[in-house]
Amino acid sequence: MNLIALDSSGLVASAAILEDDNLKAEYTVNYKKTHSQTLLPMLDEISKMVELDPASIDFVAIAAGPGSFTGLRIGSATAKGICLALDKPIVEVPTLAGLAYNLFDARGLICPIMDARRKQVYNGLYRFVDHKLVTVTDQRPIAVADLVEELNQLDPGLTKDGVTFLGDGVPVYRDLLDALLKVPHTYAPAHANKQRAASVGALAEVLFAEGKAIPADRHVPIYLRKSQAEREREAKLHADQKS
Amino acid sequence: MNGHIDILAIESSCDETAAAVIRSGQEVLSNKIYTQIKFHTVYGGVVPELASRKHVEKINYVVKAALEEAGMTLSDVDAIAVTYGPGLVGALLVGVAEAKALAWAARKPLIGVNHIEGHISANYIEHPELKPPYLGLIVSGGHTHLIIVKDWAEFEILGRTVDDAAGEAFDKVARAIGLGYPGGPKIDKLAKEGNPNAISFPRASVNGSEYNFSFSGLKSAVLNYINHADMMHQDFSRADLAASFQKAVVDVLCQHTVNAAKAYGIKEVAMAGGVSANSALRAGMEKACQEHGLNLYVPSPIFCTDNAAMIGVAAYHEYVKGIRSGWDLNANPGLKLGER
Repeated sequence: MNLIALDSSGLVASAAILEDDNLKAEYTVNYKKTHSQTLLPMLDEISKMVELDPASIDFVAIAAGPGSFTGLRIGSATAKGICLALDKPIVEVPTLAGLAYNLFDARGLICPIMDARRKQVYNGLYRFVDHKLVTVTDQRPIAVADLVEELNQLDPGLTKDGVTFLGDGVPVYRDLLDALLKVPHTYAPAHANKQRAASVGALAEVLFAEGKAIPADRHVPIYLRKSQAEREREAKLHADQKS
Repeated sequence: MNGHIDILAIESSCDETAAAVIRSGQEVLSNKIYTQIKFHTVYGGVVPELASRKHVEKINYVVKAALEEAGMTLSDVDAIAVTYGPGLVGALLVGVAEAKALAWAARKPLIGVNHIEGHISANYIEHPELKPPYLGLIVSGGHTHLIIVKDWAEFEILGRTVDDAAGEAFDKVARAIGLGYPGGPKIDKLAKEGNPNAISFPRASVNGSEYNFSFSGLKSAVLNYINHADMMHQDFSRADLAASFQKAVVDVLCQHTVNAAKAYGIKEVAMAGGVSANSALRAGMEKACQEHGLNLYVPSPIFCTDNAAMIGVAAYHEYVKGIRSGWDLNANPGLKLGER
């Protein structure tokens, strides 16, 4: 399997080229610059380095969301354009599952948190069973206080080996987590604590083998949230119904 | 290639997801538009986040439909063009990312196109005799520009709106009299039943440039008229109001255009943009041009509102000049005409 993997869901922009269990190139930048300007030049550069013929790929893996709405769309439209040109499918990798895959075969619970603003994080709970990523709790937006409460109440069997936090929500909420968590926990180190297209690609290979590739035309980002205009309109309709 | 240049063009600057294939800057091989209006109507205007979501959902279908109708595959086209500004940034980004990825994967040249340049270039589709230099008036929901097209893909801006675009004024007035969004076609229709001389609204002049436009004063005058009538519990004819407002807009647009044509000694005038589909503006400009011995060019309504055919036409003239964009092409929501 040859594939291109992309993740522009957060502050990190990342592109990777994989061939089976071989990472041929990865380019990850964690710096404030618009992904619109950087993502395709990054992919172009690594493609040239490894002499990739785009037509040789089998599919494109995309960090499908949640994340920054604009960042997700840049990644999605890029993936959809490549796939349209080459007539290849897309494998959607939930952003938080992709993050969790950074910590392949970790003991204990994996708890990626992405800063979702409005005092929430995007989070899912994962663990590895027989070297396979298992979703304990599906990705969702959740208030940090509620996540702490949930972890403190969780079956101790799931948390006794510790909870590993990662993601761009860590620097924002680390002090709060340390203060409130009653379960053993730790934080992933620099090489594994942000989005990496290599992880998205590696997990996508597993999903592809399970037959989870989809026609690229059908792919849309997983936003997990409605637009502000929709939320306000629904709130107003709801209030009007009550009065 | 057979001596012609085929360009696949993509447009996603506002609430239309559009793709087209254009042959040698003139022949429309396909022109596909997915309009999102029904999703925005309940909000009274375009919601940028919703528009962006719809673009990314629909873009591949629209591009494929355009290629299919042209009887082509991506490998047959010579270049890929995309609107990169001005417009809504989130909406633009979808088209830009898609076009870049298509061009990169298919190994085709990429051309970023200015949306306003696209509008004015729409005239070349049905008027192959139109050649620079000529005067251009671009009026739409987001733009009001009076320009001289000096040469192919070369422009001088004479005037622009200092506040609301003409189409924006139509939308706001339409909302005030309960017509809803989009306002332009609805006011046009209602105005046909009204007297355009019933109410005297101001024709604003703007300090700084005799060719600049201002429509916010006119909009306020209309809103004041409505508020005053409401306060006094007076009935007024919405048709008269629509017709009188529309005439005030049309008068200013025609006056500035004729003045500029005379001052610069230009005989050819081309109109473009969504508002140039307005029947009163078309009739008013036709009359004004006739009176002053000017030749007027206006695209069919389908090429006035946002479409990708016009982007493909503009891209052709950039293409033959050797203009190419890099993989770092970014959306530029405030892109000025003549800038790259």
